Amino acid sequence: MTDKPKKPDRALIAPSAEIRRIERRLFLRQGLSLGAITLLAGCDITNAETVQRVLWRMSRWNDRVQAAIFDANKLALEYPESAITKPFPFNGFYPEAEAPRVDGATYKLELGGLIRDKAPWTLERLNAMPQTSQITRHICVEGWSAIGKWSGVTFGTFLERVGADLSAKYVGFKCADDYYTSIDMPTALHPQTQMTLRFGDEVLPTAYGFPMKLRMPTKLGFKNPKHITAIFVTNDDPGGYWEDQGYNWFSGS
Amino acid sequence: MTEPEPLPSARGDKIRVHPLVVRITHWVNVFAILIMIASGWRIYNASPLFDFKFPAELTLGGWLAGALQWHFAAMWLLVLNGLVYLSYGIFFRHFKSSFLPLTPRLVGQELGRALRGRISHELGVYNAVQRAAYIGVICVAIVLVLSGLAIWKPVQFQELALLMGDYEGARLVHFIAMALLVTFVLVHVVMVALVPRTFLPMLTGYAKRHPHGEES
Repeated sequence: MTDKPKKPDRALIAPSAEIRRIERRLFLRQGLSLGAITLLAGCDITNAETVQRVLWRMSRWNDRVQAAIFDANKLALEYPESAITKPFPFNGFYPEAEAPRVDGATYKLELGGLIRDKAPWTLERLNAMPQTSQITRHICVEGWSAIGKWSGVTFGTFLERVGADLSAKYVGFKCADDYYTSIDMPTALHPQTQMTLRFGDEVLPTAYGFPMKLRMPTKLGFKNPKHITAIFVTNDDPGGYWEDQGYNWFSGS
Repeated sequence: MTEPEPLPSARGDKIRVHPLVVRITHWVNVFAILIMIASGWRIYNASPLFDFKFPAELTLGGWLAGALQWHFAAMWLLVLNGLVYLSYGIFFRHFKSSFLPLTPRLVGQELGRALRGRISHELGVYNAVQRAAYIGVICVAIVLVLSGLAIWKPVQFQELALLMGDYEGARLVHFIAMALLVTFVLVHVVMVALVPRTFLPMLTGYAKRHPHGEES
């Protein structure tokens, strides 16, 4: 977790209103010529710094729009058992065989940040919490979707139980495969956001995130971290593995 | 028709065929749609619905994240520009004066004339086939935007997604609408290439009176 990919320079992403106006003009001017040249010559000049900056800024704007659209009480559709996709696709930033093997017996979920009771949790304790299940659609940022059945602990219940600051902005996750991501607090408290311990009717398999993953039918697949080893609550945007490379941070469904 | 907008209006030997709002929104739309299609094809390539991919050279964004950034930035331009155009068309009666009257019979007559090689192109007046095509492509664009919204927010806008057959149905609708739009664009560009004097008026707004224009 120490060698995170370089984050985009956030100082560049929040300049004054004047700079924003200038950039808007630049975008329009460069955008017109860019569009024409790119499409006529077919060459890739989309790496131009200004364009990149505008695209990042638009992505941040889309984060805010999605947060505004998000309805805390709107439930994702639930499907019958017969609709479950079999086999359920594996997806990750590494091949399935390289999925991390976590020892369930020694596993400890670390808690950090704005949480009152930071004592680590064992798998046994998580399993002793009230369990719920859902059959929902998992939608990948690539476009495909698959329906699966996940069971576990409602995340909001867990956050209340450990005394998390529910007025904080973000919940961050660190994973056994060095993956990391973060979500907004309203989504963390959504009734279908689940600390998943079981997939289908079996213990969560290694490929799908053993010993615990976060399942959110209200977010794209890559926002659902697997093999979670640490959870922290914070007001500083923790970013994410894919998010820091350009994928939209909110990525809500 | 009662008191339509002053179109076409004369200025010397020139006729105004396209109002300023239409010209501006047309070219902004060209820019937005090219970005939406090129980035959309890149997004499609990440998980193709059918047994083909779009050539990477025709796509925009470099990789999926880049394509998504372009797509979700240009969508604002597309939608805002589209709303300006639709508002103008409705409230300034541009649609009424340019696209109406329109009946299946008129379209049939025009198609018959076209087949006999007697297409009517009167400057500043669309024939019935053109009127049908323009109304059609506006509807296609609306479906494109709505299916896009359903794909983007299949939970928040699930009622909209369900109208199109849930998330996967909305993907299909989005693809088909894109294919129809691309078909329109290709035919549109070919028509302009065949009748090049229609091109300049979309920039200047005015066209020279043409002796070959059929007067009805």
